[in-house]
Amino acid sequence: MRLIIVAGPPSTGKTSVIKQIIRSMPDFRFSYLKIDVVVATEDEELAAEFGIPTKKVYSGDLCPDHAGIMVMDDAISWASDQKTDYLIVESAGLCLRCTPYTTQSLGIVVLSAISGIHSPVKMAPMIALADIAVVTRIDLVTQAEKEVFREKIKSISQGIEIVETNAIQGTGLRFLIRAISEGPEITDSKAITLRGIPPLGVCTVCIGKTSIGWQNHFGVIRRLDGADYLFRGE
Amino acid sequence: MPEDIIHEITILSGKNRNGVPEGFDEIRIKPGDTISIVGPTGSGKSALINDIEIFANRDTVTGRKILINGAIPPEYFIRDPARKPVAMITQNTRCLCDLSVEDFLLMHTKSRGYQGQDLVDTTISLANQFTGEPIQRKVRMTQLSGGQTRSLMVADAILISNTPIILLDEVENAGIFKDRVIEALRRYHKALLFVTHDPLVSLLSDRRIVMQDGAVAKVLTPNGLEQSALKQMLAYDAAIARVREMIRAGELITKAVPA
Repeated sequence: MRLIIVAGPPSTGKTSVIKQIIRSMPDFRFSYLKIDVVVATEDEELAAEFGIPTKKVYSGDLCPDHAGIMVMDDAISWASDQKTDYLIVESAGLCLRCTPYTTQSLGIVVLSAISGIHSPVKMAPMIALADIAVVTRIDLVTQAEKEVFREKIKSISQGIEIVETNAIQGTGLRFLIRAISEGPEITDSKAITLRGIPPLGVCTVCIGKTSIGWQNHFGVIRRLDGADYLFRGE
Repeated sequence: MPEDIIHEITILSGKNRNGVPEGFDEIRIKPGDTISIVGPTGSGKSALINDIEIFANRDTVTGRKILINGAIPPEYFIRDPARKPVAMITQNTRCLCDLSVEDFLLMHTKSRGYQGQDLVDTTISLANQFTGEPIQRKVRMTQLSGGQTRSLMVADAILISNTPIILLDEVENAGIFKDRVIEALRRYHKALLFVTHDPLVSLLSDRRIVMQDGAVAKVLTPNGLEQSALKQMLAYDAAIARVREMIRAGELITKAVPA
């Protein structure tokens, strides 16, 4: 079985890209897991359109990327019980600092060409650890913007593969499909780890304390000026 | 690099929507050629342009194959933006980038590995040959009119992207001198393919690809047979441009405008 992890900000076209992948590979069996916070219908859409096994996880009060990491191992077991060739996991896309890619997987980041030319820089960790960047809505920007956008992605990750597409039409996806079919297989699911380290979340904000200002919190805190991080508490 | 010099692009035929082979074997295009792509909406014009842009290799819905210098192009032609020989100018005339014209062009020249201001100046002055409303370098890209943006994008593709193949998807709109655009593209020795509904633009090209049902129905080479119609259309176009300027200037037009 192969694992594909698709990340990227909301509404960049992650689901459209996933649909094109499944459409382009009719001879393979796919399973799909969507992780989101409160509402997601992608699992129902994909089950209806392709008749594939799908699941979704609502993270609720838990960070969605952390939730995704928690359920990943169960999802791999579930997908292999379904006799799946490819498990596609789609992140909620809410945190650009969390990078939910793992070892033994293909990491795809989906960016929208119309999100502005500086957007790659703002989501650097999510791009830096991915294998492939898929740039959607390429039909809506000028040649010059397209070229600049590509350079911005390259400036974060020189070696990343870039695929530009109009995901609704499915143009230009041949290299993505090739990368997927040549992607790594899961050889030892128990040895899978995250590629990057997610950001810290160990302070009293995590347990629902709504006060502002570091003076009102314990755990790993920070001030506006001076030290980067401090630990406050017992 | 010598192996990067493009002498010829070949389009090998595919099939129409019903699986019937297209009405040609191959179309050969050389730098300096201008080819218009015509046909009703939904006849497959944009799909043909897309095939060329991604160098289709029997892997798109049309089944076409694109060769460069008679061979399948190397992958870096397709994937490395700095070496990709195709620039595509889409129907979109909005620039999303909220920078001044000069900053935007400078950013593009830098992303192409150039340093210096000179290319920015020449690009703006070339763009100003295409539009009746001069582009100021300090104006924000988002404030340009559709015609100004279009003009700037064509100039940018010629000089900054500087690709040997330029694809234009429906260049026509008010405020751009179509004949000057095409003349400039010839002068800079670009192979030009454009989708158009505009009679004048169609007549200005060396060849016309006629699309039908997602396939090339025929390829016309007028060879001067359309000269008189072209002369007439140029005069009409000039008349329309004159009236447009008069209307913009607030004049009352009280008699027929001579073509």
